[in-house]
Parts: sequence; C-alpha cells; structure tokens
Amino acid sequence: MDDLYRELIIERYKTPHHRGQLDPHDISYEDENPLCGDHIRIDLRVAEDGTITEAAFSGHGCAISQAAADLLMEAIIGKHLDEVKSLGRQDMLDLLGLEALGPVRIKCALLPLKVLKAGVYGLGQSEIKIGDEEF
Amino acid sequence: MERDIYMRADHLKVISVEKVRADFPILQREVRPGVKLVYLDSTATAQKPLAVIEAMDKYYRWSNANIHRGVHTLGEEATALYEAARQRVARFINARKTREIVFTRNTTEAINLVAYSWGRSQLRPGDLIVLTEMEHHSNLVPWQILAVEKELRLEFVPVTEDGYLDLATYQRLLDQNPRLVAFTHMSNVLGTINPVAQMVELAHQVGALVLVDGAQSVPHMRIDVQALGVDFLAFSAHKMLGPTGIGVLYAREDLLEQMPPFLGGGDMIKKVQLRSFVPNEVPYKFEAGTPAIAEAVGFAAAIDYLEDVGMEAIATHERELVAYALERLATIPGLKVYGPPAEHRGGVVSFSIDGVHPHDVAQILDREGIAVRAGHHCAMPLHEKLGVTATTRASFYLYNTLDEVERLVEAVRKVRTIFG
Repeated sequence: MDDLYRELIIERYKTPHHRGQLDPHDISYEDENPLCGDHIRIDLRVAEDGTITEAAFSGHGCAISQAAADLLMEAIIGKHLDEVKSLGRQDMLDLLGLEALGPVRIKCALLPLKVLKAGVYGLGQSEIKIGDEEF
Repeated sequence: MERDIYMRADHLKVISVEKVRADFPILQREVRPGVKLVYLDSTATAQKPLAVIEAMDKYYRWSNANIHRGVHTLGEEATALYEAARQRVARFINARKTREIVFTRNTTEAINLVAYSWGRSQLRPGDLIVLTEMEHHSNLVPWQILAVEKELRLEFVPVTEDGYLDLATYQRLLDQNPRLVAFTHMSNVLGTINPVAQMVELAHQVGALVLVDGAQSVPHMRIDVQALGVDFLAFSAHKMLGPTGIGVLYAREDLLEQMPPFLGGGDMIKKVQLRSFVPNEVPYKFEAGTPAIAEAVGFAAAIDYLEDVGMEAIATHERELVAYALERLATIPGLKVYGPPAEHRGGVVSFSIDGVHPHDVAQILDREGIAVRAGHHCAMPLHEKLGVTATTRASFYLYNTLDEVERLVEAVRKVRTIFG
C-alpha cells in the first residue's frame, strides 16, 4: 500500500540479518538522532588490507533507520574502507529502494551511514557530510 | 457522527463543530488527492480561523505602522490596536490590570524572561527552585542555565505511574522553603491537568512564588489568574488559534515593578544617555524593539473567536473527544496509552504500540491524512521516566470531531496490520 513500508523494509526491520555486536572488533562507533532518539551502534572487523570482513549493527529506532542499518551492513561486507568513505545519500536511498525521502525521514535513513563513516574515519567527528545533508 | 448543532444558555453552550470547521480554511484541504486532512496536532500548534487571518491581513492593508512613536494616523491606529490586544488578553485571563500583560515571542521567551530578570535579580546561591518531572524543556532549561550561573538548587516533583504529580513529595519539597515553584498547568504529553490552585496555595504558605506554564491550558479552558493565585503565567498565541511569534507573560504588577529589564533597546527606555538609560514603565520596559504588532492584532481576534465559541464549551467538547479516543484506542492490542483517565486530562493522548516506532506510526497515519506528532515532544526527562524514547501523540481542539477520532483508530489498526 505504501512505498515507505514495502516488504523489504518491514521484513528487514522485523528480522534483520546483521543485528548484533562484534567482540572483538576493529572499529566500533555509535551515535543517535537527538530529534527522535534513534540510536545506532556499528561494529566492524577489518582485514589487514582494509577490507571489511564482518559488520553488525545494534540499537533501536524506526523501521527506516533499522532497515537502513541492516541493508548497509550487508552492502559493505567485502568492501574496502575507502569504498565506504565514498558512500552517500543516494546510495542509501538505492539500498532502501526509495526514490526520495522527506527532510525529516531522510535523517532516519542516513543515521546508519553517518555512524559508519564516523567510525571508519576513526575520528568520532560529529560533522560528517553525507551528500547535501549536514548533520 | 457529527454532533447535532444547537445553541443553549451560555454555560450549557454546545460547540457547533460543523460551523466551527467552516471557519478554518486549512481544514478543507486534502493532504493528497482524495485524502482529507485530519489535524490532530493542535498541541504543537493550532490552526487559524479566517477571523484571525483576515484581522492580520486587514492590519497590513490598512493600518500598518510602528507603534508608540508615530504621531501620524497610522501610527496612532497601530498603537491603539496593539494596546487593545493587551487589554483583550488581560480580560481573557482576568488580570487585575492591563499592565500585568507583557508580550513576548512565545511561552519559552516568557519563562526565560522570568528566569533572567526575576531570577537573576532576586535569587541567591543555595536558593531552591522546585520544578516537576513532567515539564516541557522550556520550563527546565532556563532554570538549569540560571542554576549554574547563580548556584541554585533544583528539585523535581516526581510523576506517578498513572501520570499525576506526586503531591506528597511536593509538600516535602515545599518544606525546604523554595523561592520559586514552576510547573505546567497541563502536561503536553500526558494531558494531565494539575491542581494549580491547590499547589499555588501550598507554595504561598511557605513564601514561594509560583510560575505556571499555561501553554497547554490557556488555549483549552477558562483561566482566571486571580482565582488560581499564580504569580507568573506564560502562554503562546499560536496554540490558541492565533499567529506564531507572540506570547504572553502575565505577572503580578508588584513583581514586574521590582524586575529589571530583560532585553535592552528601543521602546523599553524612558531616556537614554551614552552611558546610561532610564527604563520605561511596566510592561514596556520588557518589550524592547518593534514587537509583533500584526500578531497582536491576530491574537486579539483569536481570543474573540474562542470567547465566542465559549471556553467551557471547548473544554467539554475536548473531554468528550478524549474520552472516546481513550475508549476506542483501548481496543487495539499492543497499544499503551500514557497518562490519567479522561476526567483529569485535556485533549491529549500519547501512546505507544509494541514493536512499532512512533515515527513509523506517524508516517503511516500521514498517508491517511492524519497529522499527529511523534517524538519526545520536548519532554525528554518525562519520556525517560515513562521508559520510552518517544511516543505518538494525538491532540484535539474545538474543530475536531468524533469521526476524526474514528479515522485515527482505523489508521492505527492499519499500522498493526502493516507491522504484523
């Protein structure tokens, strides 16, 4: 009935494939969207050459942010850290299979990517730029 | 399911919802082709009747000028309209004097005004301010800032399981002789209507002043500041059918007299020299710079409109809607409503649904044309107390109908279906 709540998103929200925490991990970062309290933590295991071998997310939030996190984990396993750095807003929308999201909900979709990038840059920096979305 | 429309004696007045709705252009709009707007977010901001929109339009077309300055006709008219709005507000809340009404930007600014002006000048290190756990951030943060600056103590009246203030603890906190007690008249999340008159009396017994956040109560019920005994009352026009950008601080005249100016600038002064100034009289000494004049005109029109419908009738209508909503929502499995029963709450229902985030609820409701709020509603500490990060909130006003409540319930059922 509803673009935003297609089977993929609901299914990933209810039964995520990559939910959990990795212990030990090479990279771990967490952050939240202060507007809605959505909270995401991402753990990565990274090979010597910079390839992500395992990825998992934990936390809580709406269907969009949780499904986005799950799909993002799936997409980055096997990728090099440098490839992750170049991911942007459009990549997230593509992963979710959405053409567009309003200014409020786009933050939900981009939260996992923001957390991932902050972790990958290893800086814990709060000003990560994703496309034209400034956080 | 619309109520039948008929008029009775004033105290028994029943709202003619159909007639009221016809006065609100926005309520005629469709959110999407074929999907009519169901506006259940009046607690965030209320919709505006034509009378308000037209009053402001007329002001700009006919009388626009700066106030308290021009000797010309427009200046005189604008000043008269602005001051008439002040009188209108004073009468509406039964202030003793018109000069007890200070125009601010909104409730938040009114509370900040008290914190900065009264708090800074009157409070000493170690003084206690009593707040509650159900406050909106606007009645927490100004006091937190002041507490750091002045080394004050803050204590909080807890919220009980069923959404009331714990009055036994309140009394114990009063025994510590606070200088100020500041609390909301009606919770913007739980809808709880607090016993203001009783709480004021108890506070006055120990010599504390009382500030009431009336943002949610003034729009929805008859408020008499003298009967309630409050020392400060803050509220916003935009939640009571008026425009954004204007709010009110009511304060007892003697308090305003002892308070230093808040913002410095034009209009708040009597006389300025290069190194000093003499402040203007109350209430002007708190209104620096050109104020929201057209908004004051719209505000007065909003109060006229509310009075015309009748505050008692509005309160009764909302109680009926909220009682029906509570009854119907209770039939949905996995749905939890926060706050007290209908007889102790205003037209606000916050709820959560097992396994579904409030953002998703609000989004799916939006597809049905239903506007609700999802989030922490600027009351993060209260949500922490409730053990949730966010809730979905439906709120009602004079223009809402039982049919709309029914559409809400239907849409919430749809949420359950989608999330299985």
